[in-house]
Amino acid sequence: MDALLLSFKLAACVSAILMIVGMPVAYWLASSQWRGKFLLESLVALPLVLPPTVLGFYALVAMGPHGPLGKLWQAFFGHGLAFTFAGLLIASVAYSFPFAVQPLIASFEAVDRRLLDASAVLGAGKWRTFWRVMLPLSLPGVLTAIVLSFAHTLGEFGVVLMVGGNLQGVTRTVSIDIYDRVQSLEYSQANHMALVLLAISFFVLSVVYFVNRRAWSLWPAK
Amino acid sequence: MLTLQLQKERRNAESSSFLLDVSLEFPSGITILFGPSGAGKSTLLDCLAGLLRPDHGRIALNDEVFLDTACGINLPPQDRRFAYVFQSLALFPHMSVQENVSYGLAHLAETERRRRVGEILSAFRVEALAHRRPAEISGGEKQRVALARSLVTRPRVLLLDEPLTGLDAELKASIIDDLRAWNITQEIPILYVTHSREEVDALGERMIAMDHGRVVSAGTPREVLDAPRRKKLAQAAGFENLLSGAVLDLREADGVMRVRLAETACEIDRPGKAGIFDFAVMPTIEVPLGYAAAGDRVRVAIRAGDILLATERPNRLSARNILEGHIASLERRGTLVIARVDCGAVFTVHITPGAVRALELAADMPVWLVLKTHSCHLVD
Repeated sequence: MDALLLSFKLAACVSAILMIVGMPVAYWLASSQWRGKFLLESLVALPLVLPPTVLGFYALVAMGPHGPLGKLWQAFFGHGLAFTFAGLLIASVAYSFPFAVQPLIASFEAVDRRLLDASAVLGAGKWRTFWRVMLPLSLPGVLTAIVLSFAHTLGEFGVVLMVGGNLQGVTRTVSIDIYDRVQSLEYSQANHMALVLLAISFFVLSVVYFVNRRAWSLWPAK
Repeated sequence: MLTLQLQKERRNAESSSFLLDVSLEFPSGITILFGPSGAGKSTLLDCLAGLLRPDHGRIALNDEVFLDTACGINLPPQDRRFAYVFQSLALFPHMSVQENVSYGLAHLAETERRRRVGEILSAFRVEALAHRRPAEISGGEKQRVALARSLVTRPRVLLLDEPLTGLDAELKASIIDDLRAWNITQEIPILYVTHSREEVDALGERMIAMDHGRVVSAGTPREVLDAPRRKKLAQAAGFENLLSGAVLDLREADGVMRVRLAETACEIDRPGKAGIFDFAVMPTIEVPLGYAAAGDRVRVAIRAGDILLATERPNRLSARNILEGHIASLERRGTLVIARVDCGAVFTVHITPGAVRALELAADMPVWLVLKTHSCHLVD
C-alpha cells in the first residue's frame, strides 16, 4: 500500500508542477511567431521518443554529487538529490512534460483568435484575456493535460528505476513494487497491486473522457 | 475627426502580396466602407483597432495619437478605446449575455457597471436574454448583443465589420435605427463595412469604395454607386470581365450562390461561328454569397488574370466553376496575350505568350475556363 500511495503522491505533485510550469510554456508556444520555435517544440517533445532509461541516465548524472543539479541541491539543502523523492519528482516532471504541454498547446491554439482580439479591444490586457477567455475555453485541454501527466507518471518505470532506485516509502513506486514482487515470485501480491492500478487508471480516464465530452458540448467552439 | 494614413503589406496564403495604402478622414457619424472581399477593409479595421501593426502610418483622433510609426508610437488595442464588432461577432461562448456585455467595464464599480449594462441591454431590446449563453440565442439577438457589448464601453470610435450579415431587411433596419439613435448622443466616427445594398441604403451618408487595398472612390452612396460609375469602378479596379446574370439559388451553408449568366458586358463578334456552337443554355457559375435573393439580377466582376485556361476538361480541382467554350480570338499586347473565350458568355482571359505556345492555342480551339468561386466578385 505504501508503494501505491507514493505513486499517487508523486503523480499528483507532477501534475501540479506541470500545470504551473507547463502553462506558460504552452501559452508561449501557442502564440509565438518566433522562427526558432521548432527548437523548443522539439525539446518539449523529446521525452516522447527517448527511452526512459536515457532520460533517467542523464537525470541521474545531473543529480549525482558531481552533476550541476546535484551540486546546487547540496549547496541549498545540505544533502544529495539522487535517490530522493525530490529527485524523482524532478525527473518525472521532465519525463511527463510533453503529456501536459501538448494538450495545452492544442487547446490554446483551438481558441478562436477573434475572441482574444475581442477581449483586447474591450480593454483587457494579456493577463486578463488569458484568465477570462483563453483558460476557460481551454478547460478540456487543461483537464486532459492533468490526467495524462498524472496517468503517465503513475505508470512510469524506467526513469524511477534510474534516478529513484528502490527505497521503500521514498522512491518505491507501485510499478517498481510490482516488478519486485514478480521477481521474487510473489505473484498474488503483484496481481493485487496490478489490479488496483488498472482499476484506478480506468476510472480516472473514464471520468476525464466523460467530463471532456460534456465540456465540449456545453461550450461549443463557435 | 479620425484621421489616418496607413500602409501595410500582407502576404496571403498564395504568397501574392497585398498592399493596403490609404489616407482617410472620418468625421463623426456613419461612414460606409464598401468593396469586394479581399479589398483590404478588414485589414484597415484591424490596423485601426491595434490588432495589426501597419508598416508605416499614423492614426489620430482629433489631437490624440494612437499610432505614429515615425515616432515609434503604437498603443495596444486595450488602450485605444476603439470598439470593434467582428463579422464573426466573437461573443464569449462561456459567458452569459450579461457577462459578455459587462466584460469591457471591469474598471467600473459594481453598481455603475450594473446600471450601464441594464441600460444598454434594454436600449438594444435584449434585456430578457441577460442570463442566456450566446449558443442559446438567435442570430439577430447575437448581433444586438455584440453591438451592445461594444457600445456599452462608450468607445471613441466604432468599427463594424459586416455586423448584420444574414439578417432580414426589417431586422437590419431596426438595428440600424437603434445604432443611429445611440449615436445622436455619442457623436463618434462609425466605420461600417458592408457590401449589402440594403444596408447602404439604410445607413448612407458617406461612403468609401475600396479595392486592392486602395480607395477607388468616395462620396455619397449615390455618387459612388450610380450605374455608369459602378461599371467604371469595377473596370478601374481591374475587372476586365463584368457579367450580368440572375441568381438561381442561394446555398447559405456553403456560403455560395449560383448565378446564371445572361449576357456579356464586353460585346464582341463571333465571326461565322453561329450555328456550330449552339449555346442555348447560358453558363451557370458559383459565386460567393451576396445580398440577393433567387431571381435577382446581379453583376459579377472577374479579373482576366484570375481565370485559368485548359485545353482538356480539368478534373479533381477545388475550383467550382469549369466552363466549356472555344477561343474566339487571341491578341498579343506586349508580353500579354488577351484571349477572348466564348462560353455562351464571352470572357476575357490574360495569359502569357509562353502558355499560348505550350498549349498551342489558336482561334476556334475548344477550351475550358476555370474560375475560383472567390475570384468572382459581386459588384452590386
